[in-house]
Amino acid sequence: MTKNTAKKNTATREAYGEALVELGRENRNIVVLDADLSKSTKTEMFAKEFPERFFNMGIAEQNMMGTAAGLAASGKIPFVSTFAVFATGRAFDQVRNSIAYPGLNVKIAATHAGITVGQDGASHQSVEDIAIMRAIPGMTVINPADAVEAKAAVKAAALMEGPVYIRLGRHKVPVVFDEEKYEFKSGKGVVLQEGGDVTIIATGIMVAQALEASKLLSEKGIKAKVVNIHTIKPLDEDLIIECAKQTKAIITAEEHSITGGLGSAVAEVVSERFPVPVKRVGIKDRFGQSGLPEELLKLYNLTAEDIASAAAELIRKK
Amino acid sequence: MNDINFLKKIALQVRKDIVEMTYHAGSGHPGGSLSAVEIMVSLYFSVMKVDPKNPDWEDRDRFVLSKGHACPVLYSVLARKGFFSPEDLKTLRKFGSHLQGHPSRLKTPGVEVSAGSLGQGLSVANGIAIGAKMLNKDIRVYCLMGDGEIQEGSVWEAAMTAGHRKLDNLVAIVDYNNLQIDGWVEDVKGLAPLADKWRSFRWHVIGIDGHDFDQILSAFNEAEQTKGCPTVILAETVKGKGISFMENKAEWHGKAPNRQEYIEALEELGFLKGGESID
Ligand SMILES: Cc1ncc(C[n+]2csc(CCOP(=O)(O)OP(=O)(O)O)c2C)c(N)n1
Ligand SMILES: [Mg+2]
Repeated sequence: MTKNTAKKNTATREAYGEALVELGRENRNIVVLDADLSKSTKTEMFAKEFPERFFNMGIAEQNMMGTAAGLAASGKIPFVSTFAVFATGRAFDQVRNSIAYPGLNVKIAATHAGITVGQDGASHQSVEDIAIMRAIPGMTVINPADAVEAKAAVKAAALMEGPVYIRLGRHKVPVVFDEEKYEFKSGKGVVLQEGGDVTIIATGIMVAQALEASKLLSEKGIKAKVVNIHTIKPLDEDLIIECAKQTKAIITAEEHSITGGLGSAVAEVVSERFPVPVKRVGIKDRFGQSGLPEELLKLYNLTAEDIASAAAELIRKK
Repeated sequence: MNDINFLKKIALQVRKDIVEMTYHAGSGHPGGSLSAVEIMVSLYFSVMKVDPKNPDWEDRDRFVLSKGHACPVLYSVLARKGFFSPEDLKTLRKFGSHLQGHPSRLKTPGVEVSAGSLGQGLSVANGIAIGAKMLNKDIRVYCLMGDGEIQEGSVWEAAMTAGHRKLDNLVAIVDYNNLQIDGWVEDVKGLAPLADKWRSFRWHVIGIDGHDFDQILSAFNEAEQTKGCPTVILAETVKGKGISFMENKAEWHGKAPNRQEYIEALEELGFLKGGESID
């Protein structure tokens, strides 16, 4: 499944824009809403081809979510986009009470998630969006690893019934998967590599880093299993427990706070069903800041090296 | 008159700073910074009582930049006023800099309120204004918002609060440059009739040319004389003002000039005449 030939780095938001256009051609019920960020979120591509099905709501995210709820209630399939901070923060109550509680079929595709937003700084870097969305009953939460997965996830979301949150990035990241062979199964974790010493469970852009980390570890004679969790909710609990039983040690990796995200979700399952040591690689109760994505990934300890050293340390504790 | 020539001189320097800062950062928001230059220079160099040597002076007037993306203009004015060294301006948006991509109260001397998420500043300004009244202090509070920004519902919650509470120590300024990111404000979601909207929320409304120092200063003076209700200044401006290729262009909302554009901009502002180097 992993691709060997290096493909050009692509931002997952790009894939989202392309997927929306394809969806728009396939299904007349797809409508798209944005809040004055259509160039950045890439909904502009849909807007150009289907102007009558695109609604620029202005800078009014709460109102946009409520309107999407109403459109869903009248049979449309709304995709709603803005930056992740505003989609999950500003408009939280509309997402919870107008969309999720009545179980409406709204797809929230939020871009510019995480610290790789870069120079805009903390106000624009969502480090807690997964935690927020995961806490809402009935909300599906998807965090694609690359452009291939993002495109497939967006298309799959259109076919699912009920609210879905899709987390997308601004920054160009490596393409990990082979488009021809890739298949998206919501709620299913994917084993990317076998190994018996430790499992690295990663999500989003950290999947590529996890694969890199496993190479660094193998140089030290440590065999790491690598798992991609693209669907954080519902979580593939059985796969995670299988990993716990097999490797007896789990590292999680996410470009998100370790409070409430993938690491928390994994720790919750493991501690209830098969306790083994878990170490969470992620952002530790801090806001982001301005800087280039690579500088920030380093500062917040989100590199392959950080994953590898956390894994090596955890194995010593086994 | 002398006074205004002085303000004009600073405004020119501030425009240069904005172009220079965003050029060195390689990103940032020149358009909405340039539209607010005269307003910001008036506030910091004529209207507000502040002390750069004592940024936490408790009797100071307060400024809230609600449209946080326009921080280059705020940083430049703060530096030129003496809150920190103008040398720092070149570190805008860089790793480790105190000049974050959006204002941070914890990092930059003189920044009163962290911002970046639009539509929140007026509520904070209300709180500061109410706090000042509770302390019986003669503190005036100024809040600058974008015209796109006031599409946020929270702005109107704050507007209703300030009107209801008769916050006459509060002045809101709308940088009415007619543009937001996705195009003309009237095309995305129209505001007109804007003065009527504020009036119906119990505000005193003053409309001015937001690049004319005389009009700006007299509007702030009128605001100070107005008792029993808050004042809003609707300042008609040009996004990208002063750099002709940036003027009235949505694309210059959040884009840095490249080297060639940077040189052109400085030349248009009247710098580089003596053939000096830009590096
Ligand atoms: C709550 C929120 N939504 C969206 C954004 C992204 N954003 C930043 S600036 C901007 C446009 C602002 O337009 P306007 O208020 O007119 O500012 P100006 O023209 O003065 O630059 C948008 C949508 C944001 N910062 N905050
Ligand atoms: Mg504007």
